[in-house]
Amino acid sequence: MSDARLSVFKTYKLYVGGKFPRSESGRVYEVTDSKGKWLANAPLSSRKDARDAVVAARKAFGAWSGATAYNRGQILYRVAEMLEGRRDQYVAEVADAEGLSKSKAAAQVDAAIDRWVWYAGWTDKIAQVVGGGNPVAGPFFNLSSPEPTGVVAVLAPQESSLLGLVSVVAPVIATGNTAVVVASEKAPLPALSLGEVLATSDLPGGVVNVLSGRTAEIAAPLAAHQDVNAIDLAGADEALAKELEIAAADNLKRVLRPQPVDNWSADPGTDRMTAFLETKTVWHPTGSLGASGSAY
Amino acid sequence: MASVFAYAPAPESRSVVDIAPSYGLFVDGEFVEAADGKVFKTVSPSTEEVLSEVAQAGEADVERAVKAARKAFEKWSALPGSERAKYLFRIARIIQERSRELAVLETLDNGKPIRETRDADLPLVAAHFFYYAGWADKLDHAGFGANPRPLGVAGQVIPWNFPLLMLAWKIAPALATGNTVVLKPAETTPLSALFFADICRQAGLPKGVVNILPGYGDTGAAIVAHPDVNKVAFTGSTAVGKEIARTVAGTRKKLTLELGGKGANIVFDDAPIDQAVEGIVNGIFFNQGQVCCAGSRLLVQESIHDELLDSLKRRLSTLRLGDPLDKNTDIGAINSAEQLARITALADRGEAEGAERWSPACELPSSGYWFAPTLFTNVTQAHTVARDEIFGPVLSVLTFRTPDEAVAKANNTPYGLSAGIWTEKGSRILAVANKLRAGVVWSNTFNKFDPTSPFGGYKESGFGREGGRHGLEAYLDV
Repeated sequence: MSDARLSVFKTYKLYVGGKFPRSESGRVYEVTDSKGKWLANAPLSSRKDARDAVVAARKAFGAWSGATAYNRGQILYRVAEMLEGRRDQYVAEVADAEGLSKSKAAAQVDAAIDRWVWYAGWTDKIAQVVGGGNPVAGPFFNLSSPEPTGVVAVLAPQESSLLGLVSVVAPVIATGNTAVVVASEKAPLPALSLGEVLATSDLPGGVVNVLSGRTAEIAAPLAAHQDVNAIDLAGADEALAKELEIAAADNLKRVLRPQPVDNWSADPGTDRMTAFLETKTVWHPTGSLGASGSAY
Repeated sequence: MASVFAYAPAPESRSVVDIAPSYGLFVDGEFVEAADGKVFKTVSPSTEEVLSEVAQAGEADVERAVKAARKAFEKWSALPGSERAKYLFRIARIIQERSRELAVLETLDNGKPIRETRDADLPLVAAHFFYYAGWADKLDHAGFGANPRPLGVAGQVIPWNFPLLMLAWKIAPALATGNTVVLKPAETTPLSALFFADICRQAGLPKGVVNILPGYGDTGAAIVAHPDVNKVAFTGSTAVGKEIARTVAGTRKKLTLELGGKGANIVFDDAPIDQAVEGIVNGIFFNQGQVCCAGSRLLVQESIHDELLDSLKRRLSTLRLGDPLDKNTDIGAINSAEQLARITALADRGEAEGAERWSPACELPSSGYWFAPTLFTNVTQAHTVARDEIFGPVLSVLTFRTPDEAVAKANNTPYGLSAGIWTEKGSRILAVANKLRAGVVWSNTFNKFDPTSPFGGYKESGFGREGGRHGLEAYLDV
């Protein structure tokens, strides 16, 4: 009888540098469903975990930002494929995490999968939309191109444990940034499981790093970290967001302030990509400039 | 070096500009005194002559100006874009008409050579207004969705190195997109902004759309902190930029910052030496090096170091330092006693830390603020002169052996505003440009600017872009 079989619980672990470590602190916290039933013990990440994740993200940045846009698109599409294959698992996890019915949870998971497909298609188009040649008044070829900002700390939305998470992580990495993601504090399990999908999608280790725990505790060292280039405050409340924005000013991180989102299923537009892009403009002489420049 | 040609003085006439003995704040279309009656003096850096006495805006004046800008916003933002465009075209034209007057004024108040104000600053100022004038009725097509909305009142704080050009970079896109403006010029260079107020009057610009508040840092801080300001744009030092970022934290104010730099100018062994030397000189001695995107770190491939340095020193010996109004002058005055002290201290530190200092034989005028063009060789990446922004005519020379080393050294700074690449090999230009973490890269040229070309930094050089289509975003609710 199947009733007699004791199920195997999953040990939820962090996802850092392509590996699945426990918190270096050895701490865990209890995660429950919306009715208070125990679901799992999740790692309670420390400052040190946050710093380790930044190191992993920085290490991954060169290769990921240097990969072709086509290659990044292939990999993001692969993430969608892997997620589709494990759809049932995520439906169950999202239903538990957010207290949703099976059908509502399924809609969230489907939208999350489709979101990966949306951003997979953007990787080799965003530069054409936001970059381009500039008709300067002189003999120059002048080209502006978007480039990834670098290492982005992402505080995932607190309420939408998978769709919200994917909606903030995918645009960051689509353009070549690497990410340190702080999962929803009370519903971290879909985010921790997402690491398993990312690990099997040809996404290089360190491109996305997922931490669970107290958002305020993990976010503070990330906002103050000198090797983090930007921070998305989606998962911070007003008071925490202000505090983190102040800390982020110390090395002039690009800050995406929390914005009210009623419906994560809505068309995401390009804003979350452009928030973490720099514009580089290169001037090339096209003709004789006399003594002050090159002759062709 | 013996002088081959003797130059006769060729001074530009001061008579084209009529500087009043005193100026008020420009608020709600009128020149007014500061509420507390405070004034400060602005001097000519090349002679220390007092040019005028200018009202100094305090908090009450900021309140008044923001209120005027808020009131004007309703009608200004509701105007058809084509009408806003025509006001900006008018302004652009009047600037062209008055450009000689404004060039002389700017040279007097700032200390930079007339050759630069006449040939660089003023043409770019007019071009910037022309460029953004044309955007005002085309915003639907700018790539920010249909009918993008302005933000409201823009608080803008600008520096003293390109006073009128920085004003143009701030005001032109703000007005084109339908915002109204409260702008603070730098305390050492308030005059061209006040002349611009007169241009607004001539153009018939509705009152309150542009408000000019001369003052010091506290005036700027009051503008930035004002709760009814929707947008903050700042160009200046990284330290102040960080302070502003902290001030606006937790608000809904949109922020763009254009801050300091420590630009690397990379010269490879196949570069045409004479052209590279001109580019290096332009990179660090344009505007006495008081340029955020200056090429203040020269990275030379080791094999051509001696040859390049010989040429560079020879060229520096021909630079003419002196009266900024003289049309032959290459190097003008440092903008203020304070800035001169900062440059002097940093250069002394370079010497104390063991870098080798060199300047051409160069006679400095007896009054005013002057600093001879200066080179440091034997510089390592740890030296202060290789790390800190000096904002003066001081070049630090470092060497490299391979392209990778050049890139690593160029990027080894918290700044990321500009860089230069000198080589005859096209693929090397593109490869190196790709790897540099800087917002503007000049290949086989340096310090080129254009209103269509986005300008701004990576990392601690700030965020947001000025110029081009990109420059619109800073002033739109998108």
